[in-house]
Amino acid sequence: MATEQSGTLPLLSEQNIVASRQLVRTLCQELKLSLVDQTKMITAASELSRNTLIHGGGGRMRWEFVERNGRRGLMLHFEDEGPGIADLALALTDGWTSGSGMGLGLPGSKRLVNEFDIASASGQGTRVSITKWK
Amino acid sequence: MDRIPILRMGDTLLVTIQVDMQDQTALTLQDDLSNQIAKTGASGVMIDISALEIVDSFVGRMLTSISGIARILSATTVVVGMQPAVAITLVELGLSLDGVRTALNVERGMELLRRSRQENSFGH
Repeated sequence: MATEQSGTLPLLSEQNIVASRQLVRTLCQELKLSLVDQTKMITAASELSRNTLIHGGGGRMRWEFVERNGRRGLMLHFEDEGPGIADLALALTDGWTSGSGMGLGLPGSKRLVNEFDIASASGQGTRVSITKWK
Repeated sequence: MDRIPILRMGDTLLVTIQVDMQDQTALTLQDDLSNQIAKTGASGVMIDISALEIVDSFVGRMLTSISGIARILSATTVVVGMQPAVAITLVELGLSLDGVRTALNVERGMELLRRSRQENSFGH
């Protein structure tokens, strides 16, 4: 894995959420992120992996090392082909939940990373991309 | 699936979480602790999370639930040993662990439980 620049991890079971945390930790360490930044990125990955599994009915996490203006970063994409999110603005509101959670997953994860991008529509699945810069 | 062991020390139940838990493991721990409090009549629960490198909203919610359940069963819960990076991340995530008592380490946690027991026995 040490020399890979990108890869994919399936998110089809609870064990995969644990695996995603472990993979993201390894990737953050390769990027030499600070401990606090590592912790934030791993936590965000954990929240979004769970969203993909629970709300998206399973999917995958794609990862890639990126570079912009001489800075290196880690970008993660969480993708599913699930029911999608009808009202994105609402889903990004603190405390709003579709049911089981506390409604922190999306807005909370957004606060933990440098860049956050989401694309979703009813019936068309969801993709959330996050980036943490070194 | 891993099962987190629960130790009994006098009136206190002691849990040390040392593995990256699956969600189901966290839920099982919540059930096991609730049952153990009722069965043993423990007045205190100490949860050591010093080995945890992250606490996400699921584990945070589990800690809040355990504290609430224990309170209703007349036991005080204290969460000890949270790493600074975890605390910073939790606050930014938006989880304040309302109602969860915390202490820096096991020693201070024990002291907090001891005081809480005294207060209860004096009927405050």
